Amino acid sequence: MEYFTLFISAVIVNNFVLTKFLGLCIFFGVSKNLNASIGMGMAVTSVMTLSSMLAWVVYNFVLEPLNITFMTTAVFVLLIASFVQLLEMIIKKQAPALYNMWGIYLLLIATNCVVLAVPLLNAESSFSFLKSVVYAVGSGLGFALAIVLMASLREKLRLADVPKPLEGLGIAFILAGMLALAFTGFSGMITL
Amino acid sequence: METAIMVVIVMTVIGLVFGLILAFADKKFSIEVNPLIHIVDDILPKGQCGSCGYAGCMAYAEAVVLNPEVAPNLCIPGKKPVADLVAELTGKSAPEIEPRIAQVRCKNTITHAIKKYNYAGVEDCIAASLIQGGPKGCEYGCVGFGTCVHSCPFGAMVLGEDHLPLVDEKKCTGCGKCATVCPKEIIHMTPIGAPVAVLCNSRDKGVIARKLCSVDCLGCGLCTKSCLFDAITVENNLAVVDPKICMAKCTNPTCLEKCPTGAIYDLKMV
Repeated sequence: MEYFTLFISAVIVNNFVLTKFLGLCIFFGVSKNLNASIGMGMAVTSVMTLSSMLAWVVYNFVLEPLNITFMTTAVFVLLIASFVQLLEMIIKKQAPALYNMWGIYLLLIATNCVVLAVPLLNAESSFSFLKSVVYAVGSGLGFALAIVLMASLREKLRLADVPKPLEGLGIAFILAGMLALAFTGFSGMITL
Repeated sequence: METAIMVVIVMTVIGLVFGLILAFADKKFSIEVNPLIHIVDDILPKGQCGSCGYAGCMAYAEAVVLNPEVAPNLCIPGKKPVADLVAELTGKSAPEIEPRIAQVRCKNTITHAIKKYNYAGVEDCIAASLIQGGPKGCEYGCVGFGTCVHSCPFGAMVLGEDHLPLVDEKKCTGCGKCATVCPKEIIHMTPIGAPVAVLCNSRDKGVIARKLCSVDCLGCGLCTKSCLFDAITVENNLAVVDPKICMAKCTNPTCLEKCPTGAIYDLKMV
């Protein structure tokens, strides 16, 4: 039950994009069409999960015993960036079909704040290994949910009669604001 | 001091470990990419128009280099120079590409046509043509919102003052993207240099067509009789000129004067 509430909280109540405003650059950059946004959502979810596991191991077995937890941010940046590189190489070789689907998004998220935020928050709240994995999967799915919602809206928007000054990113920001407003309705439903 | 040394050591070790893993992975998971693909991709026009039948210029470059059965002359915007280069690089023989250009077969302007209703929706031909076939009386003619103009990857089309698209012959590469987006299929890809064309798409019977538009083809067939080389055929109340016969044989087009509505145009004058 504890894992379930953690999961729901990460997906909806504390959605990273719409309530914590992280990962906004890819949220606006890759939400122009639905297929691309699904690919991006999948890529973010998997990278987040895998890098959280890795980060948990490094944090609990290296940084904490040596008492240098103040270096966490720097170490995680290094960790995630090189890990994404590695993942890209492996996927390119082992699963070319998967690479064609979301390979180009992988490098985009190598230095993304939302991917870095999850391991950092895990470390901060000293979650157990399983808990941090659940939290990472939930946050990834939350991101995917937000970007897919946004992409569907923006696809509809293409046929709408938008006032000239607001065309493109302008109206996208307004939309994102409304989405975020809607998501604040969930706030407080689950407190961890 | 001790902590500082520890930090330096830990960071160095982590950096080293990952550096080594990446270096190892680079060797282990390296993929041989044929360098020719990038060379071919560089000489393609990068319109990403897809008229070759592939998803984009890169996809075509990959196909043409790796698959011996893919012809080197599929890039229509690139015309002969690109086809020759691609053929030379891939060691294939390049058959001729016929240079083509987009031709808008409708002269149905607002002054010539009656209107069915006032349209106030999204400025898009596809959207407008969903409602009763578009606001203009003639259901075969140009809708006039310039969906083709927006689709052109080379900026070769503009929407004229009379709301009919105009093709810039110098910029048009003949990729055919406009022809595929037009909901009325009034844009045809035709060989460059054809002397005359019937610029109308109406399949309505003469009486009805006459009521809806003053410059349309009635399908009367006077032009067919006047043509000495049988280059014009009438089908479904619409005359169509075969540009190949026309280009090859005709020197003095008599069909121009015969047309009662003036739907046949001298393309050198247009």
